[in-house]
Amino acid sequence: MAVISHLRTLRQAAWLGWQMESNWTRPWLFIIYSIVRPIAATLILVVMFLVIKQGVANDPLMFTYTYVGAVFFMFVAQVLLGATYVIMEDREHYQTLRQIYIAPISLHVYIIGRSLSKVLLTSLSAIISMAFGLLVLRLPIDLLRVDWPLFALSMLIGLGCILSIGIALAGITFLTAKHSTGINEGIGGVFYLFCGTLFPLTVLPPWGQSIGMAIPITYWLELVRRSLYPAGGIETISGLGEFSNPAILLLLAASALVFLGLSLLIFWFADRMARRAGKVDMTTTY
Amino acid sequence: MPPAVEVTALSRVFVGKSPVVALDNIDLNVEEGELFGLLGPNGAGKTTLIKILSTLLLPSKGSARVLGYDVAKETSKIRPLINMVSGGEISGYGLLTVRENLWMFSQFYGIPGKVANERIDALLHAFGLEDKADVKVRTISTGQRQRMNIIRGFVTDPRLIFLDEPTLGLDVQTSRAIRDYIRTWVRSQVGRTLLLTTHYMREAEELCDRVAIIDRGTILACDSPEGLKKRMNRASTFVLDTTHFDSSVISTIAGVKGVSAEAMREGLRIKLVVENESAISDIISSVGAGGGKVLGLNKSEPTLEDVFIKLVGRGLE
Repeated sequence: MAVISHLRTLRQAAWLGWQMESNWTRPWLFIIYSIVRPIAATLILVVMFLVIKQGVANDPLMFTYTYVGAVFFMFVAQVLLGATYVIMEDREHYQTLRQIYIAPISLHVYIIGRSLSKVLLTSLSAIISMAFGLLVLRLPIDLLRVDWPLFALSMLIGLGCILSIGIALAGITFLTAKHSTGINEGIGGVFYLFCGTLFPLTVLPPWGQSIGMAIPITYWLELVRRSLYPAGGIETISGLGEFSNPAILLLLAASALVFLGLSLLIFWFADRMARRAGKVDMTTTY
Repeated sequence: MPPAVEVTALSRVFVGKSPVVALDNIDLNVEEGELFGLLGPNGAGKTTLIKILSTLLLPSKGSARVLGYDVAKETSKIRPLINMVSGGEISGYGLLTVRENLWMFSQFYGIPGKVANERIDALLHAFGLEDKADVKVRTISTGQRQRMNIIRGFVTDPRLIFLDEPTLGLDVQTSRAIRDYIRTWVRSQVGRTLLLTTHYMREAEELCDRVAIIDRGTILACDSPEGLKKRMNRASTFVLDTTHFDSSVISTIAGVKGVSAEAMREGLRIKLVVENESAISDIISSVGAGGGKVLGLNKSEPTLEDVFIKLVGRGLE
């Protein structure tokens, strides 16, 4: 019964999330926006990188490393933003949070469901950006040689982990008003800096590398890169070259499990605090 | 069969720079099948109590049980059985239609699709919103949004529903339709319970089997409307019409238990609850002394409002 209830909640929440993502404008404008935005966002970073480190374009491996990192980090930024905005929007804009809160549903499932539209749109963005990278920027990725099973598995675990972190941030949003966006962007920034998104872990000081090694997103990005470019060589850039693919997968799964546990704990604690302080249905106008 | 609501020594304090005691050691029982009213002015603690009972807020002290379950520890058992609607509630997903909003909430409560659709249609009809069913919520009026939210509360067919000031800000006709529906809903099936908060005396008197009068976080009395009126026993109620003057002096006269003054076009309409009718001569003298003039004086049958004035010492507004 619980599974059926969760699936029903997931479906309804995902549908609601999709309505919110796609219904704000006319379909043609939405499609243009969905195509242009990810390309623009990725290109900003790539162009900045090219300008700063002239000549990197002649190093296709390094360019691929940067480009893939920038594209796939969109999942982290968008899903974390989406999860925190579930609480913000329901509480402040639609004022439905109290109704959702007292409904006999799992809030975790509801938040995941609402965030799925972000996953879907970001997937579309990632596909468009990768296609642009392959066709226009000539990334040396051969689609016939991509390790698809490894890619699928790493995406599954990676997205699950990002969603679980999103749940923790959504929980914290129960307690915050104007700082919610800051927390969400701050956490995203930490991941951006320490997880080898644009540059290898090896450029960080030892303590920075230790932080990076404790975050599952580091392993997820590494596996995504390795699965897209299985010819070999890209693993030598990141600083994780000594680990085999199964070892990285194991590290990803283990660290994701730890993050899942922490996220559930943070959410439980924040939920309890919000209920104790009477903040569940506060309207702050932020 | 446990009571629908069982509250024991319940307190709620909102901590901060200056802590606010919203509920102060209250006890309350609501039986299953009752239409129960919480009557009190703004800030009396009504909404805080409803929030605790509907699992939105934790109590500071004491215990509260809903349909036999503890509100602090057994929320997952309570939530499928209850629902709550707040008056003046204009919430809703504006980009969905009225029907889509209602459908989504029915699904969160696991109502089978066919049943949900039938209920939504019946409720839209009962609340006069059929023609807005397929209209986006962002385009309907505030009153229509309020009606949609009341439908949302009933569409899940809860065993216990909390209505917090359900007719707040609504026009007379809509308020009457809501009161009629509330009465019919509770009586149409055994075991349905409704806990209503209001600061409209007539609403409480007209609808409720029992009423608890609450002020400053304390329950002052709890009985049927008739039982509460009987508590007036030796007290008498009068309506005194005067020209404008400072009426605050009346409450200091010996024998006066409560005063509620309402400004009218010509002057003041003062409701008086006096323990001893001999106080009336002193009251009339005080009107003259204060520069006012008595326009009329009538003895009246006690109403719930008089009970409130006697218990609290002032009117509700």
